[in-house]
Amino acid sequence: MTIHRIAIPILAGLAAMGAAEGAQKSPPPPPNPAWQDECGACHLAYPPRFLSANSWQRVMVGLDQHFGTDASIEPAVAKKITAWLVANARKPKAGKPEPVPPPLRITETRWFIGEHDEISAARFTSPAVGSEANCAACHRTADQGNFSEKNIKMPPK
Amino acid sequence: MNWSIAPLALAALLLALAAGTAGAADPLPAIQASAQASGSFKGFSAERGAAFFRAKGSDWSCATCHTLDPRKPGRHTVTGKAIEPMAPGVNPKRLTDVAKVEKWFKRNCRDVLDRECTALEKGDVITYLRSLGR
Repeated sequence: MTIHRIAIPILAGLAAMGAAEGAQKSPPPPPNPAWQDECGACHLAYPPRFLSANSWQRVMVGLDQHFGTDASIEPAVAKKITAWLVANARKPKAGKPEPVPPPLRITETRWFIGEHDEISAARFTSPAVGSEANCAACHRTADQGNFSEKNIKMPPK
Repeated sequence: MNWSIAPLALAALLLALAAGTAGAADPLPAIQASAQASGSFKGFSAERGAAFFRAKGSDWSCATCHTLDPRKPGRHTVTGKAIEPMAPGVNPKRLTDVAKVEKWFKRNCRDVLDRECTALEKGDVITYLRSLGR
């Protein structure tokens, strides 16, 4: 018992350090069924690492007016999902203060704009894609949380 | 296995099972009770439900995303995400979970009508969807 009492906090501490160091590159966090069900009902369940903790908190308190639709969920479920999103959110870069207010749209974040600066607006609105919200149109493994560059295949123009 | 915790584990399992099945029930009886409580209720109507399903609020109708034939798959008009058919005749999972049915009526009625639906409207739509065959 004594060994366990010491070993578990140490192991947990090491795991936390590992997670913090590789925050932006580490594999996606384990899937969360409530997040998958609730967020994934109307659109791809966007991974927590796509927005900062502050952004997720703003998104989750405004679900009754979620980009023009009512996406309200039970408060108890919302609370759990929020905690998970916040815990796995994108960590702000040192020396780069977050915009105020923090963006609600993933497409308004600096990282998203930077990653997609070579894609024309027309490409995003083409019939095969529809909008920037449709990650899976090009990121063919987006539904598994995998946005790796080697899995990108753009639909024909 | 520590058998001293076995009864606890069993109780937890039973609770979990009960919670898991709590929502899995016909949503219509509660909706009917609510419709009756409001007075002049003379039964639900598949015809009224069909008309309601197609009627536009400010921009959208139910059919905007669920299509004019609820036996067919729909498509979210904003995000483009596929929506499984609403008619239980082709998708038996539909209309079997009270919490889910209430959640989606609440959201979608507010999207289409800017208000929540009445019990009569909900019962009519459920009756309509169940009247559709395969």
